[in-house]
Amino acid sequence: MTTPVLDIIGVSKRFGDTLANDGISMSLGKGEIVALLGENGAGKTTLMSILFGHYVPDDGQIRIDGEELPPGKPRAAIGAGVGMVHQHFSLASNLTVLENVMTGTEQLWKLWSATQQARRKLVRIAERFGLKVDPDARLGDLSVGEQQRVEILKALYNDARILILDEPTAVLTNIEAERLFATLKDMARQGLSLIFISHKLDEVMATAHRIVVLRGGKVVAERKASESNKAELAELMVGRRVMRPVREPSTPGAVVLEVRDLGVRIGGVERLKDIGFALREGEVLGIIGVSGNGQVPLARVLSGTLARTSGELLLYGEAVGHLSVGDVVDAGIGRVPEDRNGEGVIGEMSIWENAVLERLPAYSHNGLVDRKAGMAFARSIIDAFDVRGGTPASRTRLLSGGNMQKLILGRNLSHRPRILIAAQPARGLDEGAVAAVHTRILEARKAGTAVLLISEDLDEVISLADRIQAIVGGRLSPPLDAGRVDARRLGLMMSGDWSHVAEAAHAP
Amino acid sequence: MSVVFDILASAGLWAAILRIATPLIFGTLGALLCERAGVLNLGIEGIMTFGAMIGWLAVFHGADLWTGVLVAAISGALFGVLHSLLTVTLGLSQHVSGLGVTLFASSFSYYVFRLVVPVAGTPPTVMPFQPIDIPALSSLPFIGPAFFTQTAPTYLAIVVALIMAYIIFRTPVGLAIRMTGENPHAAEAQGVNPMKVRYGAVIVGSALMAVGGAFLTLSAFNSFFPTMVQGRGWICIALVVFASWRPGRALFGALLFAFFDAFQLRLQTVVEGVPYQIFLMTPYILSIFALALMARRARVPQALMQPYRRGER
Repeated sequence: MTTPVLDIIGVSKRFGDTLANDGISMSLGKGEIVALLGENGAGKTTLMSILFGHYVPDDGQIRIDGEELPPGKPRAAIGAGVGMVHQHFSLASNLTVLENVMTGTEQLWKLWSATQQARRKLVRIAERFGLKVDPDARLGDLSVGEQQRVEILKALYNDARILILDEPTAVLTNIEAERLFATLKDMARQGLSLIFISHKLDEVMATAHRIVVLRGGKVVAERKASESNKAELAELMVGRRVMRPVREPSTPGAVVLEVRDLGVRIGGVERLKDIGFALREGEVLGIIGVSGNGQVPLARVLSGTLARTSGELLLYGEAVGHLSVGDVVDAGIGRVPEDRNGEGVIGEMSIWENAVLERLPAYSHNGLVDRKAGMAFARSIIDAFDVRGGTPASRTRLLSGGNMQKLILGRNLSHRPRILIAAQPARGLDEGAVAAVHTRILEARKAGTAVLLISEDLDEVISLADRIQAIVGGRLSPPLDAGRVDARRLGLMMSGDWSHVAEAAHAP
Repeated sequence: MSVVFDILASAGLWAAILRIATPLIFGTLGALLCERAGVLNLGIEGIMTFGAMIGWLAVFHGADLWTGVLVAAISGALFGVLHSLLTVTLGLSQHVSGLGVTLFASSFSYYVFRLVVPVAGTPPTVMPFQPIDIPALSSLPFIGPAFFTQTAPTYLAIVVALIMAYIIFRTPVGLAIRMTGENPHAAEAQGVNPMKVRYGAVIVGSALMAVGGAFLTLSAFNSFFPTMVQGRGWICIALVVFASWRPGRALFGALLFAFFDAFQLRLQTVVEGVPYQIFLMTPYILSIFALALMARRARVPQALMQPYRRGER
């Protein structure tokens, strides 16, 4: 490591009763990639917000090239060469890429914008770092991965030498994430210094030179990536040994949900074609695949929020027509939606209201909502599923992602569903929460629930699923038994090569 | 059919369109500027009324006409400060604040007017703006009387529309305004102060609204009635949506509405046996249709009506 370009010295920040940052010191060298590793709530984002001037620290200072940065001034941070790539992009979807990048870069009262000059600079930077994007595209028309590229370009356009990325892969597909990390490494080789915030061990190990572990607002460890391993980092991050649960062998029962030749068309586009699978009691069927290959319509059809265009659906051996959401709930199908903030809960409503919403008739009395019973039910979920950070009456928005997911799982599993449709159940959760969610899913399996697990996290599917099918371009591969699974096979399946999946297995 | 043709062929119709459109152009541009920065300004109806009153009052007391317009603009700017204080600094509901401003400004106009001008049989008048004679153009047959017999504020309205289009789409401050209306957090992250931008847009926008009001008393008519704005402010709010938040289209929308209005006025006098109220309704009904057609494709500023608070997401 050469001389540090960035020094964080003894930074502390208190919010009410919680000490979000407690005397944190770290440094960053030129051309270095440092990962800031920690669970949700460890203080990573607070620290980076202080660095970028969004918050004023209670104590401590930030030095860039040895010079102290005035606290609480984003403009000063930008001027000193700090660029921030927020987890929730700071972009305007109705403006073009170029407009998003240019905002605030010119003197406000100039009589005209030097658009052509700006476009040339943008294109030059984009080419240098391989961040291809059309300057005149409307931002809202771009994919999430492309939008992130714009967010990075915006920082580089401001001549950032130090780039901070807040959980950059949280919103990306696996392929987009790999591409991003290749770009980041290239940037470091070209002399930029990077900090990225993450709680994902794989990407931290694969990308960072050095890893700073944060827990409870303090730096608990600092390791060179080459001298550490995932197990050690996991333990440092969580503060105790975290074991992801292991699937025990079981004998599945009768087929409870069967789908034959299912097709879905949305706006003339075929989203699902010839989908076929059979789901049995007491098993987990994993559906793997890169995001955007039809997972969303599949989960929605089975959850009753989207009508199929063709094909048959057999529930407990009987053919059924279009299912409404009410039918689905009444049939004992539990649902864990992929977009937990959008479809899983209503953030502004209380925890107990979210707990009873899909079973309102059961919690009503003479046309009035039985608040007492609802509160009691919410309390039982909170206790049984270890939902932390809220009471039955507090707003659901205030829960962390992991606790929100526990609430959703609890709401479903408390009613002992016969079928559970879980879409990306562990996405964006930290290590402790992932283990909790997996444990619950395996418990449900043991209790005889048939689980359809839709996920793009291979580790997750391998550890939970009894059988695995891949979804590619709206089609579903034949199933592969867990015993025959390895990463290479799954990779082939996800790329659409199903030749090695035994045809014999494809007999629902 | 020949009736329709006769109306279309009369220079008076086209002159009336521009005259009717002028206050709408000012008002729509003002509302558009506020909304581009993310603030809905329903104070418009009251601000136009107050601008009409105070501009007229200034001239009645001896100020020249342009000073009257300036006084109206300043009064509008002050109401803009009030609306900004409520919606930007305090982050209150923009609907409620705007309606409050309208109720306050309307009643206050009437109060001030009655203080100065006690109830009289015929309202007092001032000498309004006179049509400008443009050499060569004004004396052209048909074209002259149709398009070049307007008063100065009408030409000003058209110029302001063009200037606003340029500012919004071609200058750094325009980009800052648009970014603030779309995502104030992003604006802040790029070093733009969304609070200041919103204050500026609302103040200038409100001033334009008041100038639109002043046109009514200083050009279209020559005296003030408390009810004279007659919902023009609300029409402007709808025209902003119709225009998809673009100044050029706002100009077009105001002219289109004025065309409906001028046309029905003339139709009233030639068609017999139909209650005139039916004709009065037509511009509004046609506007609803036009709005329904256009608004489906409109791109609403994403942060419209969302208060901005620093450090919150």
